[in-house]
Amino acid sequence: MNTAAAGIVPEPIARQPWEMLIPLFALVGFGAAVLYSAGGGAMAPFASSHLLRFSIFMVMAMVIAALPRDLVRMLTYPAYIVVLLLLMAVEAIGQVGGGSQRWLDLGFMVLQPSELMKPTIVVTLALFYSTLPVGMTNTWRALLIPGGMVAMPMALVLLQPDLGTALAIGFGGAMVMLLAGLPLRWFLGAGLAGIVIAPLAFFYGLKEYQQRRVMTMFDPEADPLGAGYHITQSKIAIGSGGVFGKGFNEGSQSHLNYLPEPHTDFVFATMAEEWGFIGGLFVLTVFTFILRWGWKVAQASDDRFASLLAGGMVVTIFFYAAVNLMMVMGMAPVVGIPLPWMSHGGSSMLTNMICIGVLMMVNRWNQKAPRRGLGA
Amino acid sequence: MKSLFSRGKRNSRPAKIMNASILRSSFERRTVLIGTVQGGIGILLAARMGYLAIAENEKYRLESESNRVNLTLIPPRRGWILDRNGAPLASNRADFRVDIIPERLKDPEGTIARIGALLALEPSRIADIKDKVAGARGFQPVEVASGLNYDQFAALSVRLPDLQGVVPQRGFSRFYPTASSVGHLIGYVGPASAEEYEKDPNPLLITPGYKIGKDGLEKQFEKELRGVPGARRVEVTASGRIVRDLETREDIQGEPVRLTIDGPLQDYAARRIGLESGSVVVMDCRTGDLLCMASMPSFDPNSFSDGIGSVEYAMLRDDERVPLRNKVLKGLYPPGSTVKPMVSMALMEQGIDPKETVYCGGGLRVGNRVFGCWNRRGHGAVDMAKGIYQSCDVYFYAMAQRVGMDPIAAMARRCGMGQEFPLPVTSQFYGTVPDPEWKMKKWGREWQTFDTVNATIGQGYMLSSPLQLAVMASRLATGRHVMPRLTLDTKPKGFDNIDFPSEQVEYVRQAMSDVVNGPGTAGRARLPIDGVQLAGKTGTAQVVSLSISNGKSGPWKYRDHGLFIFFAPYDNPRYAGAVVIEHGGGSGAAYPIARDVMTFLFDPAKGMEALTALEKQWGGTAQQRLDARYAAYAAERGAAVSRPPRRDEEIFDRVEAEARVAAAQSQAIADDVIAPRPEANPSGTPPVSAPVEPPAATETQAPVVPEAAPAPAPVTDGGTAQ
Repeated sequence: MNTAAAGIVPEPIARQPWEMLIPLFALVGFGAAVLYSAGGGAMAPFASSHLLRFSIFMVMAMVIAALPRDLVRMLTYPAYIVVLLLLMAVEAIGQVGGGSQRWLDLGFMVLQPSELMKPTIVVTLALFYSTLPVGMTNTWRALLIPGGMVAMPMALVLLQPDLGTALAIGFGGAMVMLLAGLPLRWFLGAGLAGIVIAPLAFFYGLKEYQQRRVMTMFDPEADPLGAGYHITQSKIAIGSGGVFGKGFNEGSQSHLNYLPEPHTDFVFATMAEEWGFIGGLFVLTVFTFILRWGWKVAQASDDRFASLLAGGMVVTIFFYAAVNLMMVMGMAPVVGIPLPWMSHGGSSMLTNMICIGVLMMVNRWNQKAPRRGLGA
Repeated sequence: MKSLFSRGKRNSRPAKIMNASILRSSFERRTVLIGTVQGGIGILLAARMGYLAIAENEKYRLESESNRVNLTLIPPRRGWILDRNGAPLASNRADFRVDIIPERLKDPEGTIARIGALLALEPSRIADIKDKVAGARGFQPVEVASGLNYDQFAALSVRLPDLQGVVPQRGFSRFYPTASSVGHLIGYVGPASAEEYEKDPNPLLITPGYKIGKDGLEKQFEKELRGVPGARRVEVTASGRIVRDLETREDIQGEPVRLTIDGPLQDYAARRIGLESGSVVVMDCRTGDLLCMASMPSFDPNSFSDGIGSVEYAMLRDDERVPLRNKVLKGLYPPGSTVKPMVSMALMEQGIDPKETVYCGGGLRVGNRVFGCWNRRGHGAVDMAKGIYQSCDVYFYAMAQRVGMDPIAAMARRCGMGQEFPLPVTSQFYGTVPDPEWKMKKWGREWQTFDTVNATIGQGYMLSSPLQLAVMASRLATGRHVMPRLTLDTKPKGFDNIDFPSEQVEYVRQAMSDVVNGPGTAGRARLPIDGVQLAGKTGTAQVVSLSISNGKSGPWKYRDHGLFIFFAPYDNPRYAGAVVIEHGGGSGAAYPIARDVMTFLFDPAKGMEALTALEKQWGGTAQQRLDARYAAYAAERGAAVSRPPRRDEEIFDRVEAEARVAAAQSQAIADDVIAPRPEANPSGTPPVSAPVEPPAATETQAPVVPEAAPAPAPVTDGGTAQ
């Protein structure tokens, strides 16, 4: 669609990646409808602020999309250091909420720096690998420095403690490393090590409430009023929706407060109750479109930095969506990860719009310098 | 996928020749790999969602419905218990009440303290509630208070958001208008215990405010009285807030139970017992209807319905007059001389001519022993009638020797002693009618002469309940096998079954009339009503041996029981009954009560007049005195009482066990010859139609008849030493 620029449509508009934007707008609009219902059938407080945030962050994404490559390369490491300092600041002076210390009150807004770290780590590693001499890709130096770059923010986020975000950062970093061409056996080795360490980490590393959440995933009915309540109620909401759902604004699970967090982490369950399987398929399809467009952008770039950057962003968005959906369907432990563009929440909207903005930026770079022939 | 991995590995191994194009192709392959994995996860998610929403839709739809809809049971209004004229003995009163559900309490101590302050509950009550909450299983509601006024109810209701687990509601509570007068008969209601809920896991049983019958008729007729609960389906939020009503079904009130009891008479009799401990049973001779089954002192069933308070329980338990025991059914007493008309029937059946006389010289020698008459100076020549109205023991000793024990025991059973009756009561004691076979079986000893002697005067092993005595009175009065009944929907029974020939019945009637109206032992029992003559038979039952007490004075529990069986009018019996006063000091404690109760039956105004005067001396009605006693007890001992048993059943078991022990009291002297006690009023001076009796205590302490006061010397000779 972006290439089929007919004469009627002005060029700056036709240039936009509509094959991604239209599904995205649809998803955000759908999310607003679900939030309208979750808000008890009103725009306030969720739906209107959801749309407002999206508009603001869309503008921000366009600004990001307009950034020149050199500026991005130049700002990458400073940005990483700033976000890392913010994470340390959270540790020192951050606000405590919900049992962990994640937020930084900047006066005009409450910032969750760990969210910013997710796209930042991707950009940072992409830059690192694009500047790493090709011959060193399969040496230990290719792993040691980026490993430290990933481990530092992960450790800080784990201290908060926020396992979900820490995993997201680690996952994003690892995926960029994979795409950067690091030897596969390292990943296999790490996977094996993970299998060995996971039980140890479970028993000694996790807080009790985190352990309970993990256990709950395997048997939610064991503790129907405690940790299993979230998953049980979420499954009831999704399951009771059936094929076509109970109808807009008719979801009893969310309207009568049985479903916890119906507007944030469990927004998919709220949606599925009212829109059924059809609504769920729509959401999955939209994510497929957006992610597929992201991969196309990554593959279309001939620049190592840009393609790693795009791939990392796609993976970051995917991590959000997949973990959230697995969680609400009872296939993953309850970790506080919202669903991109549907959940109500500023920080996750910010992160995901940064990802989209970066993808649009890479897309623009691609358009300016179309891929040269075959090979590098 | 495997091939992708292996190729990747192979590419990265020859490390020396790594270049940009290899990296690029590795990047492209790996994007495809990751994209494929992502697509796989997407398909997995879609499949999972399809499974939840389509395959398991039914299950989750039900669960979502059961989340959304809350079914609240509306406890059915309990059926009324009515007396024979339709007046309620137990009814329901609309009231405001508060329950707490221990499971939902966040801070039990604090919440109870706050409610206590709001409703101004007594400290002992608060302690009881805390104790019950600590002992309750989660689902059992605990009643905090009922009968609240609107202001208290409103004050509590507005604070509900801070008081989780507290359930104030409008409902009905059980109300017994005559309170303690019907305590033993009707029983009381209370919340179901954990055992009862386990036996019948009906959600109604754990609905706050729902009570089931715990004792007496309330328990016996539970099925009829219960009714059908209503239901309210409401949509609720997760926190339990009601969003809207979906559907309401009204409850169906339980069936009323119509008793044969005459409410006013029951109340009158209970109050007339006064300061004594005893029971009054009155029956209708034409139907067998039990008109009155009063047992006093008693408890207030109204105050039991929210659980038995520890102070109240301690007070009732400490009372040696056992207010928790239904003495009509579970009091067993040696019937004393009240058996003599029955023995006369046995004698006549054995062919003894009632005209035949026996010379009474104050005692009868059998073998080498002398058995004394209560009148040690002797009655002279005594025929059967005089044997009855003068209660001459020697006549019956002599005649019983002739016929033996067996016919007498058979007659006792025919008259209802030792029998259980088909009545809807939770338990009744059937007492003992001893005979040689019984003694051998129970004690392994031969029947002795003195056993027959004791039995003919209703002592020794012989034990019967007031109900049995009343049945005996009605059977003697009518000559028919009258069966008692307690509910109006049962058929009168036994009237076609003739026990005694009519000339014998008339003979005994006349003799029993002479007890009261002639030269008998209960002259002061004469009814102050023209044309209605009372017939009766006195009895004084010794409970301990003479060496311990003379039966008239000294410790209360050693005094003789006073008994009286009666019917009226004597020539055409309409009503019959029995009065038993525990440790009343003799029959003089019993028959004035019978007289007043019968007076009330024929002329309520006259009866009330007598009672009002008495109650002035006693310090109020039975209920007023109970309340005053409770207040005094609570003030004195309130802080130091021990907790009542958790389960009402334990209380019943304890009361029943104690009743059995008490019944065995007189058995201790059964192996001795009983020295008969003087009957109260043998001179037969008619009362000066004075309805006002001196207080019972005075009466028993100062024997009315001078010549009847014997020295408490042993009358039997040394032959007793075995």
